[in-house]
Amino acid sequence: MIRFLLRRILWGIAIVWFVATLVFAMFFIAPRDVARLIAGRQASDQTLELVRKRLGLDQPVPVQYVRFLGRLVRADLGESFLTGEPVTNVIRRGFPVTASLALGAATLWLIIGVGTGVIAATRPRSVFDRVLTGVALFFYSMPPFLLGELLLLFLFFRLYMAGYALFPPGAYVPLTESAAQWARHLILPWFSIALITAATYSRLTRGAMLDVLGEDYIRTARAKGLTERRIITRHALRSSVAPVITQFGIDLGGLLGGAIVTEVVFGLPGLGREAVLAITTQDLPVIIGITILSSTLVVIANLVVDTWYAFLDPRVRVR
Amino acid sequence: MNDAIRARGPWQLAFERLSRDRWAIAATAAIGIIILVAVFAPLIAAAIEHPPEAQYRETGLSPSGIPVGPSRLFLFGTDGLGRDILVRIAYGARVSLIVGVLASGLAVAFGALVGIVAAWFGGAIDTILSRLMDVVLSLPFLVFALALVAIVGPSLTISIVVIAFFSWATVGRVVRAQALSIREQEYIRAARSMGAGSMRIMFVEILPNVAATLIVYATLLIPSSIAFEATMSFLGLGVVPPTPSWGNMLADSIAFYKVAWWFVAFPGAALVGTTLAFNILGDSVRDAFDPRHDQTIVVDADKEKDS
Repeated sequence: MIRFLLRRILWGIAIVWFVATLVFAMFFIAPRDVARLIAGRQASDQTLELVRKRLGLDQPVPVQYVRFLGRLVRADLGESFLTGEPVTNVIRRGFPVTASLALGAATLWLIIGVGTGVIAATRPRSVFDRVLTGVALFFYSMPPFLLGELLLLFLFFRLYMAGYALFPPGAYVPLTESAAQWARHLILPWFSIALITAATYSRLTRGAMLDVLGEDYIRTARAKGLTERRIITRHALRSSVAPVITQFGIDLGGLLGGAIVTEVVFGLPGLGREAVLAITTQDLPVIIGITILSSTLVVIANLVVDTWYAFLDPRVRVR
Repeated sequence: MNDAIRARGPWQLAFERLSRDRWAIAATAAIGIIILVAVFAPLIAAAIEHPPEAQYRETGLSPSGIPVGPSRLFLFGTDGLGRDILVRIAYGARVSLIVGVLASGLAVAFGALVGIVAAWFGGAIDTILSRLMDVVLSLPFLVFALALVAIVGPSLTISIVVIAFFSWATVGRVVRAQALSIREQEYIRAARSMGAGSMRIMFVEILPNVAATLIVYATLLIPSSIAFEATMSFLGLGVVPPTPSWGNMLADSIAFYKVAWWFVAFPGAALVGTTLAFNILGDSVRDAFDPRHDQTIVVDADKEKDS
């Protein structure tokens, strides 16, 4: 078990290192003069020289690369070109927003997705199953930014115009300030992520459940006279959650690094929106910082899922 | 052939199943219409006499500068600059279809190549290629795609390349797994003993046997590529305005969602309608090639097995 974990962690570090190198290459060997980008178009040659020196851009590329990695190991992500704020501060500010968004949405999509999947699997070809299959495919085909826009249009604006100000249009209230306001401001963003993601989970759960329900041990359980409810929850669901867990790790890990589209649509100041802002202003350190953070989170999520599996199923450890 | 029962190949069987599937037919018809609209976009523009980039500040905007709703003059209303939304949707279909088909084609071709090469050669080559696929799959693709586009500068070509780059690894993984089991088949050993080289085995023996998977993935990658492109255009890093794409139309519409529902509704419907049609077709194609995958049938098969 320990050897398995160690191997996985090393591989995870290798991936993060690889991503860091990729980002470094993308930005520092890119055919674009970073110094001019920061100093502005009218900057004199002297200013450019100074900027280069301050950022260490006058050094040869390998030296820059080693320094870059060195800073990374010390969790120093540099400072924003634009505001001079340390990138770690930007991340510390954006992460709670993104985490609130991701965790709330994840809870919702698990409940909706797994719940509907189980119900559909226990009644294959029923009206519920057919309708659900259609609805799931519809949301599955919906790009998140569009659902966000539609929710804003109908649930925020139309209701607001009709005199029901149930949902605020966005903005973020910290959980520590007011839990009720926090949830109220996040409910539309949560649903705009959850409904789309739940579609995948519903299809996944339904498929896995139907496979399991055909197994002999389910028949045994029925023959023993167990209630259908107990068979579903204790026997069938338990062994069909594996693909759901894998998917959950990937999705949550990806989302924690910034729910770009949803944050932009609802104007939430999370990591994703910071990343887009940084990209449009060419603020390299911020882009690099957030990119590395989000791939690290994906790697960690995969690690947790793999460990969880290895814990549940000893056969995995041998691989 | 005079035999009472004619032998039917897997492709023929799949096609027959597909042509009995009502949903598949409806989806194909919808896709056909979208293709026609895209191809004949200039004709539509000419018939209505509204070029896609023409701004109608007199008739297309209210006196206070707000887009006008659907009317006889503008069937789907106008956008924030007084341009005809119907015509722009037709032109946007071109962007979506080109990106969808080319990105998905590129991704499937590259994924198939890597998957087959990894499985056939095995050893170090397999390890390197498999690890490469792992890395690509664990990249936060939207941030990366946006950053990449921001550096190189947005264009249609770069969108296609970026989308293909982030999609091929899924195909590669599946193809590798299939090719690994095909590799052990007797007909491969037979080909080998007849003196077939690696190239011949990979592309003449293995490739046709993973073709069904490739077709399924190609169909399912089209809608996700279309959605990916729309998202990038929405964030301002896809197709460069004033060229219309559904994504940049929807991005523009955000400023007007309070006053112009048609500005969100029609491009949105075009986008969801297209991805939905391709997803329905993709599901049907998968079920046609692999009926066991259709879970509702699996249950029946089990019942038959019992009796």
